[in-house]
Amino acid sequence: MNCQEIKTLKHAYADRELDLIRTTEIEQHLNGCRACSQAYENIRALGSALKSGDLYFKAPAQLKGRIRASWVVENKEAPTHSVAAEVTRLKDFGGKRVFAEIRASLPRLLRFLRHPLGWVVPVAATALITFLVLPALIAPSTDERIEQEATASHVRSLMAAHLTDVASSDQHTVKPWFDGKIDFAPPVKDQATQGFPLVGGRLDYLQNRPVAALVYERHKHFINLFIWPASRSANTTEKPAMRQGYNLIHWNQSGMTFWAVSDLNAAELREFVGLIK
Amino acid sequence: MTWPAQKEKDLEEQEQQARFEETIMPHLDAAYNLARWLTRNEHDAQDVVQDAFLRAFKFFGGFRGGNSRSWLLSIVRNTTYTWLQKNRKLELVTVSDEEIHEIEDTSSNPEVLLLKNSDRQEMMRAVEQLPVEFREALILRELEGLSYKEIAEMADVPIGTVMSRLARARKLLQQSLSLPLEPGASK
Repeated sequence: MNCQEIKTLKHAYADRELDLIRTTEIEQHLNGCRACSQAYENIRALGSALKSGDLYFKAPAQLKGRIRASWVVENKEAPTHSVAAEVTRLKDFGGKRVFAEIRASLPRLLRFLRHPLGWVVPVAATALITFLVLPALIAPSTDERIEQEATASHVRSLMAAHLTDVASSDQHTVKPWFDGKIDFAPPVKDQATQGFPLVGGRLDYLQNRPVAALVYERHKHFINLFIWPASRSANTTEKPAMRQGYNLIHWNQSGMTFWAVSDLNAAELREFVGLIK
Repeated sequence: MTWPAQKEKDLEEQEQQARFEETIMPHLDAAYNLARWLTRNEHDAQDVVQDAFLRAFKFFGGFRGGNSRSWLLSIVRNTTYTWLQKNRKLELVTVSDEEIHEIEDTSSNPEVLLLKNSDRQEMMRAVEQLPVEFREALILRELEGLSYKEIAEMADVPIGTVMSRLARARKLLQQSLSLPLEPGASK
């Protein structure tokens, strides 16, 4: 080992971070080289000066009490709000979420019950029903929410001049484009001969996940076909819907869930879906 | 009148708190020492440590054994950096690796390092003047005795960077703590 190597390694050596072989090599070098051994001694001297310099700050006595007090406050303010619970709460919708809400407010409610002012309980219960249970009953179903999201996505794709990420009528260009961008392979078929030419593909985001959006055209009307892996593998028949004047058709097939959205009339959109299936 | 589920939950919380007191609380001094050196102010350090312990308490359910001191110090470190980011952004100037290497000592003939008979005050000042990342590496190594690997994991940098930061921190300290050398004595 030469002086240059020692220069880079002497700190690791002083900190006992090196393996036995290199430690021995360095020791041998230090024994024979005054300059290097001096540099090493300097590191050691500095280290012991720091350690013996009374530089370690001990926590002030009242800090422990302050920390414990802060837990109590936190626990009172947010009974079950661990970060994980928060995430689940945000992810869940509808009934599940309400259940979480009720569960979250249970400890508070129970403290209420034990309180001498027992009469407030009916009031609390009424409030609970009004604010938590009722909204759950009239909350939109999953399908309705997807309808809403898909329609919004369709409108946005036309509005923002961002209809396609990959503009091509060639299914062999569009399909591979999705590779590596999403974790599934959407079926891509051009239907130009049937009057529904493929315009391109786009990455979109629905239901908290990236989805494939295929764009088709029919007499200047655009169709967005959103595809992502279905949560249930069973095939389903087409379900038509209408939202804000747009027609939607939804079905599940071969483990994928499909949503077609367009301002086309319902009959032509059905024809399109018939071709895709 | 107590709800059984609630009682169970209370018990669970008590148990968790007891476990926390046992495994994490003993490292309060280490936590404070790090925060104090990084913020360079005792009041700020107390605020940061309180905040860090609150977070540690929340995340404690996810702590699966291992080195509890490193675990806590990581949280303290992150809390402190968030705090610095918010309150003292200017101190968070990162020194790039190249710069670190540039200042690696080039003299081939190191002098005997004569530490001034420096009092605590002077040493403190010298350490506090170090850039925050160097200071952090130095404190964790020299005062906490953490390994390069532990420091690297905590700061999310390669082990080589930890070594460079330590080298640089020591070099700067040696310069500010040693007796002035006669001009021309070093290369």
